[in-house]
Amino acid sequence: MFVRIPFAAMLGLICTGLFFLVAIFAPLLAPYGYDEVVSNGFWDPASSEYLLGTDGIGRDLLSRIIYGLRTTIWIATLATLLSFTTGSVLGFLAAVTGGWVDQALSRFVDLMMSIPSLIFALVILSITPISVTVLILVIGLLDSTRVYRLARAVAVDITVMDYVEAARLRGEKTAWIIFREILPNALSPLVAEMGLRFIFSVLFISTLSFLGLGIQPPQADLGGIVRENAEGLTYGIGAALYPALTIALLAISVNLVADWVLARTTSLKGGRG
Amino acid sequence: MGPIAKLLAQRISLGLLLLFFVSILVFVGTSILPGDVAQQILGQSATPEALANLRAELGVNDPPITRYFDWLGGILTGDLGTALTSGQSINEAIGNRLGNTLFLAGCAAMVAVPLSIFLGLLAVRYRERWPDKLISATTLTTISMPEFVLGYILMFIFGVQLRWFSPTAVGYRPDADFLTRLESIALPVMVLTLVVLAHMMRMTRAAILNVMQSAYIETAELKGMSTFKVIRKHAFPNAISPIVNVVMLNLAYLVVGVVVVEVVFVYPGMGQYLVDHVTKRDLPVVQACGIIFAAIYIGLNLVADVVSILTNPRLRHPK
Repeated sequence: MFVRIPFAAMLGLICTGLFFLVAIFAPLLAPYGYDEVVSNGFWDPASSEYLLGTDGIGRDLLSRIIYGLRTTIWIATLATLLSFTTGSVLGFLAAVTGGWVDQALSRFVDLMMSIPSLIFALVILSITPISVTVLILVIGLLDSTRVYRLARAVAVDITVMDYVEAARLRGEKTAWIIFREILPNALSPLVAEMGLRFIFSVLFISTLSFLGLGIQPPQADLGGIVRENAEGLTYGIGAALYPALTIALLAISVNLVADWVLARTTSLKGGRG
Repeated sequence: MGPIAKLLAQRISLGLLLLFFVSILVFVGTSILPGDVAQQILGQSATPEALANLRAELGVNDPPITRYFDWLGGILTGDLGTALTSGQSINEAIGNRLGNTLFLAGCAAMVAVPLSIFLGLLAVRYRERWPDKLISATTLTTISMPEFVLGYILMFIFGVQLRWFSPTAVGYRPDADFLTRLESIALPVMVLTLVVLAHMMRMTRAAILNVMQSAYIETAELKGMSTFKVIRKHAFPNAISPIVNVVMLNLAYLVVGVVVVEVVFVYPGMGQYLVDHVTKRDLPVVQACGIIFAAIYIGLNLVADVVSILTNPRLRHPK
């Protein structure tokens, strides 16, 4: 079946693909190492040797951005997967079992969502040691509240269907109902939401690193590279703008794809709302 | 008690209950997580005696419930405790900063709210034509940018290259005259406005479009009313409650955006204070700031709820 893809979505798909390819093949593409000091000066201007110039302590900026992109995409992908597994499994569970399980989970999610995610993350990070694992856990779990709400809402509609009733009457276990009956039917709205959650994770990890509470130096993700070079801006050196624009481009490309998928799945749903 | 007063009382007590649970969450969250405050403050090389002393001083040895109620009692009587790192009272430090933050967020709201409602209406009026498309494209771009990216881009263009405004807000003094204060926060206000403008405009557009699809709007159009008159007389009154909701939700969002923007522009507000003390692992300050931010956020959501009940008679009589 041939699907006509609108121009904006196509552009988004190509750019997103490129970003992921760069992230995967970072060691092959980057001209220098991520922490390799290649120049004695600081903030060297762009040249044929250093395509985007060097950063505040003489590391090649382009290489650093390529590796930073890799870190950002890697963390955001893992956090998105975590939030999807936790959020959807719990959401389906709440919808299928109902009763006090549903009440307890839903009220707890309400509570979690009544505090802004960033503030909550700051409170948690003030006490835990900051590492990649902790960051993925914090971002993924905070984000899973939103997936939970969506998954529960979708699953509540499905649980009243006859085939679920039939499965119950056959005496199937809850896990079977969740994975064999609900999951296949709830997949399309969930996948459409995935792009938005990925962007959220990218923006979240970038913001945390920018605040100095994410990836710790000499490792860096895109937000961290902005932070390192921000000082240069007041002297008229635009080095920090390159990683900043990379974040924006990544998010815009994914957004274009997500918008298209979202529009397609809503039209597929038809009158069901 | 009238039905409205009863409903209001219900909502407000619900908000307070929520805040109470949030306080437990903030406190418990910071108590049960792995990580030793004393160790974090003193570092890996601290002697066991020093650690024990600091733990006793922090009261970590008391049972958690005692500590929680001590802390809650302090907050309710207006005492936020003392900062670990400086030994200063948190009340004093927060007093000025909270005012600064509210001033910044308030200025941004004054610009963003009318502008976004106007642009949202414009997008509906010229739906599917170039103004709508331009507005949609701009919102997509600003939604995809974290606050700090937008902040640095504007700082570089308007602060450093063109020199229209001061690039940072370091020189901000709350006692300076009004115009000087406005000048030094021009760029942060611009960033915050752009950040919430996108969300607010999108949601305003969606809310009005939703109303525009009702049958009574079609009737008004069929009898030959001009589009702007239809919007003003039929669509807008029905869209007030969703719009107020949108505005309040975005003001709540502003409270979070302010944290990052303050760090970008070195503005002496609550956000910078919070981030600073997260880095220093100063738990009492983080807990106090966390609870204040949460309270503002919950409060604004509560106002959104109450206003939509008041403006929409249908909500006043729940089944």
